[in-house]
Amino acid sequence: MAILETESLVKRFGSLTAVDDFTISLETGNVFGLLGPNGAGKSTVIKILTTLIPPTSGRGFIAGYDVVRRASEVRRHIGYVPQLISADGHLTGYENLLITAKLYDLPAGTRDQELRDALDFMGLSDAAGKLVRYYSGGMIRRLEIAQSMLHRPSMLFLDEPTIGLDPLARKMVWEHVQQLKSKYNTTILLTTHLMEEAERLCDLIAIMHLGKVVAIGTPDELKTAIGTENPTLDDVFIHFTGDSLESGGGYRDTARTRRTARRLG
Amino acid sequence: MTQPGHVEQPVGLANLPGAVLNYIRKTFVIVELETRKLVHDPIILLTRAVQPALWLLIFGQVIGRLRAFPTGEMDYVTFMTPGILAQSVLFISIFFGISVLWERDLGITHKLLVSPTPRTALVLGKALSAGVRGIAQAVVVYIIALLTGVKMNWNPMAILGVITTIIIAASFFSTFSMIIACLVKTRERFMGIGQVMTMPLFFASNAIYPISVMPSWLQVVSKVNPLTYVVDALRALMVQGGESMFGLGMDYGIMLAWTVVLVLIGGRVYPNVVR
Repeated sequence: MAILETESLVKRFGSLTAVDDFTISLETGNVFGLLGPNGAGKSTVIKILTTLIPPTSGRGFIAGYDVVRRASEVRRHIGYVPQLISADGHLTGYENLLITAKLYDLPAGTRDQELRDALDFMGLSDAAGKLVRYYSGGMIRRLEIAQSMLHRPSMLFLDEPTIGLDPLARKMVWEHVQQLKSKYNTTILLTTHLMEEAERLCDLIAIMHLGKVVAIGTPDELKTAIGTENPTLDDVFIHFTGDSLESGGGYRDTARTRRTARRLG
Repeated sequence: MTQPGHVEQPVGLANLPGAVLNYIRKTFVIVELETRKLVHDPIILLTRAVQPALWLLIFGQVIGRLRAFPTGEMDYVTFMTPGILAQSVLFISIFFGISVLWERDLGITHKLLVSPTPRTALVLGKALSAGVRGIAQAVVVYIIALLTGVKMNWNPMAILGVITTIIIAASFFSTFSMIIACLVKTRERFMGIGQVMTMPLFFASNAIYPISVMPSWLQVVSKVNPLTYVVDALRALMVQGGESMFGLGMDYGIMLAWTVVLVLIGGRVYPNVVR
């Protein structure tokens, strides 16, 4: 069954078309990677699907619910880890989870045990009582993923989950994402710049460029499609996005990315 | 263009009581969130206490000697003590909106908005938590009043009334602030507007002088100013011999009406902050 479906989503900001005719269908249990240069429209797609912004036209459905008209049902079915830091630095790791649990109506009787399990699953039990502002970048990301998974969403959105992390922390996040898939059969949509990340985690990849999906398929299909010998996913990326790797993303995007990177790093 | 498998039936009104209960519960989760932050970092409350202390200990003492204002049988420091409490509640609330912009820049707002929490419950929860900060200010003002010999009204019902007044006042000023923040969207613009708003609200009120000494045009302004009704209620409840000029019913009516209208607007504009 398709857990996520979109029909020609379009989002315009003034004269800029950030997302153009975005149509996909995603089966339960898949990990779907959205790749593209800065400003390609990846985060905008996520914001539409997570009910944060309405599309200019087109429709999106998660678990059968329209993301605009049935937004509150959609919110119960999704988890979201924004590119920015969403864990509250002024609270402890446990408190961050506790507040999330209460916002998602986890039953009080089993709540504490569930939170302990979630901390344990993410390897954060020892840091549970520490204020999050003293966490490392990798710990913050793992806490955020734990937060977003507490209510066992059928669909999880990860917006650049490893941005600003060192290789070791990145590897740990990858391992946890893979475990989410194997343990809970969670459908995951993630955005990334890293080809290695996409290759390791994703069953299906779409490459976005200037708001449009320019290629979609499994990593192997995409490699075959470009027709060169022994291509890497990097080659695929460059093939479909041309020389525009550095052309996208305005001042605001860049500032935000660097800020996130600095905070996590 | 409904397709098979897409869920379309609307939510009925049958579960209205449950929805109301859920709304209240979610509001208090947000209050809990903000209060827990304060508990981890109480220094914020201490630094906020400096300003009312200066007003009461320096400004109040000096102006009190002049006997410049017709405050009736009440001495000047007693007259201004409720006004300074109202002012400090105004000041902490009016800059509350900047926290919304911080949280937007961090991504915390995104997380809250993606959760199945009613938008106005997010706003109201934050507004009520500004009230928690306001109560901390009240404790400081009461201590200073004790030290300077102001005759406070220690009747428990009156104190309860003071607490209620502070929570409502903090709620509507902080919601007003959040609305401005959500509209201007940047910290720089917000700070400018915050500065511009506080002083007129303060001076065009009965906080540190009676309305009767104002020129007539300012009297009109002061009667539109919600701070006037906050001060009026506090003056009636906080100090011995205090009287309400407008009546507590009218004070609370105006304050509550402001709060409801602002929270409804706040719920509409809050999601805009991430767009």
